[in-house]
Amino acid sequence: MDSRARNLLDEALGLDQLAQSKPPLGGKAVLIEDCVETSGSFVLHQLIKRLHTAVPNSSNVVLFLAFANPFSHYDRILRKLGCNLGAQREKGRFIFVDMLNVECPVGEEGKAGGRSGLFALFANITKVLNALPESNRKCLTIVIDDVSLMEVAAHGSSDHVLDFLHYCHTLTSDYGCSLVTLNHEDIYSSMDGLVFLKQMEYAADVLVKVEPLATGLAADVHGQMTVLNRGSLNNRMSNFQFRIKENSVEYFYPGARA
Amino acid sequence: MAATKTRTSSFSRNLPAASSAQSPEIKCGPNGTFLVSSGIPDLDKTLGGGIPLGSLVMVMEDSEAPHHMLLLRNFMSQGLVQKQPLLYASPSKDPRGFLGTLPSPSSPKDDKSRSHDAEQEKGLRIAWQYKKYFGENQSNLDGQRDNKQEFSNEFDLRRPLDRHFYTGQHVDCISTKDLPNIAALQERCTSFLSQFPRNDASIACTGRIAIQSLCAPQCESSNMEWEMLSFIRSLKSTVRSANAVAIITFPSSLVSPSFCKRWQHLADCLVSVKAIPDEDKELAKLLTGYQEIVGFLNIHRVPRINTQVPAVLEATTLSIKLQKRRYLVLECLNQAPVDGSSGSSYGTSGSCSGSSSKSGSLDF
Repeated sequence: MDSRARNLLDEALGLDQLAQSKPPLGGKAVLIEDCVETSGSFVLHQLIKRLHTAVPNSSNVVLFLAFANPFSHYDRILRKLGCNLGAQREKGRFIFVDMLNVECPVGEEGKAGGRSGLFALFANITKVLNALPESNRKCLTIVIDDVSLMEVAAHGSSDHVLDFLHYCHTLTSDYGCSLVTLNHEDIYSSMDGLVFLKQMEYAADVLVKVEPLATGLAADVHGQMTVLNRGSLNNRMSNFQFRIKENSVEYFYPGARA
Repeated sequence: MAATKTRTSSFSRNLPAASSAQSPEIKCGPNGTFLVSSGIPDLDKTLGGGIPLGSLVMVMEDSEAPHHMLLLRNFMSQGLVQKQPLLYASPSKDPRGFLGTLPSPSSPKDDKSRSHDAEQEKGLRIAWQYKKYFGENQSNLDGQRDNKQEFSNEFDLRRPLDRHFYTGQHVDCISTKDLPNIAALQERCTSFLSQFPRNDASIACTGRIAIQSLCAPQCESSNMEWEMLSFIRSLKSTVRSANAVAIITFPSSLVSPSFCKRWQHLADCLVSVKAIPDEDKELAKLLTGYQEIVGFLNIHRVPRINTQVPAVLEATTLSIKLQKRRYLVLECLNQAPVDGSSGSSYGTSGSCSGSSSKSGSLDF
């Protein structure tokens, strides 16, 4: 593709190295971590836009599990980024699962045989996957916004959420799907919570951490991010700052901005 | 705006402009949102015009001082004055009694004293032969004030709200103590919010929910953290799809730290209040107008609905002042040696207290 869409984030995520024909994330699991002060949801928006507009007529499909915001919210944001989610949805390339009001209780009786909550959700995902033609299955990207709300929906049974995420991970290895999850780093301060976060981090191939500036508020820099890309042989770590605008995000190295 | 019909073109006309013109208590905000007032004009200004419809505001209480009640009172009064239905839940035995403590909007006469200096300045600039036009304008403004059809009012904390504002059908009070569990509160909120479905065409009616001290120890369900979270989550999503605004205050020190963070993540707009100690000599030296300051308001999060751009505020800490012991005013902190840049805000507070002596003698 041309140079217009290339930026530090794409580079750090390894999006630019891949050939056009391949799906951009290529079976990776991406975990985005943010905190109260700085939201990391813009990375999700960037990725969705990238998946839909990087290559014209590509067969990328995004399956979006929205726990945080209604469709209209994402639609407006993505439209400003130059990607029409409504149209993509009609074409079947953006599958929006509204989980705002859905509870996913996983009790003991749920284990016994009831297909409810997270079980049903995963069944839905596999149904979407099976409906895709064989060759296109690796083009599916599952996006979860966000995992902490999923825990709330499951009434705090973090083990089941972890199980669910693990199942999603097996899809990445089995079919070559990609998985993008957003979570909040600062809510796992206690011991058992920390285990949950560490497990998620362990399972991720790419870890994106979004933080506020260490030096405090700034008018023209919105925060900094660290991207850890776990390659097969060596890890690549990049650190840069960003400024979010309505139609794009600027990335730059600390101090490199005029 | 919940777009029910999918748009296949990226370009679309902005429909809502007409509908908002009809109801002055709703303002058009950025990104297709509609704003209502928080009851504190200064807070509205800081948040970018007001609170967007469909957002959840969380206030972290100071465990030692009831400053969150100031915010709640103004928020509720603003809604009642504009005849918006209100749902109020509180852990006290008699929540309806709290309505008697709500402040009343100040009369236009008092209003003028606050914006007096601005008008005066304008008057000086305008050539004398145009003065008659200026006068016309002003009478228009006054007419609006008399009708009480404003976006936001100034509230006089010393004057109780007229009874007729809150005796009607549209005010619902709940004592969270009486409820068997949090699910009951959730049910009440959902049924309340079902009055205000959101559709593209127009906004007929907006509602307000005020929940005081959720998770206070006297409630039954204070120790069921996941249930509380799930309540807030469902409230947030129902409010989002309704023409309503919800405000929750909670004692952050009573919630365990990691759950407190979860609560904070759920909020669209997050503020915390803190009292300042009386007679603190050092602070008094440091801050101008220390006598009037009753506490600080920290803004942690500004509503970001339909946009990804974070708002960078000029200052996240504001001082809560009670001007003339009547009006709730938020100001950026001015540190002792007043420099030129902050002169204007210092000037307004100065002139206000100056005019207060005038109108004050009339009022008593």
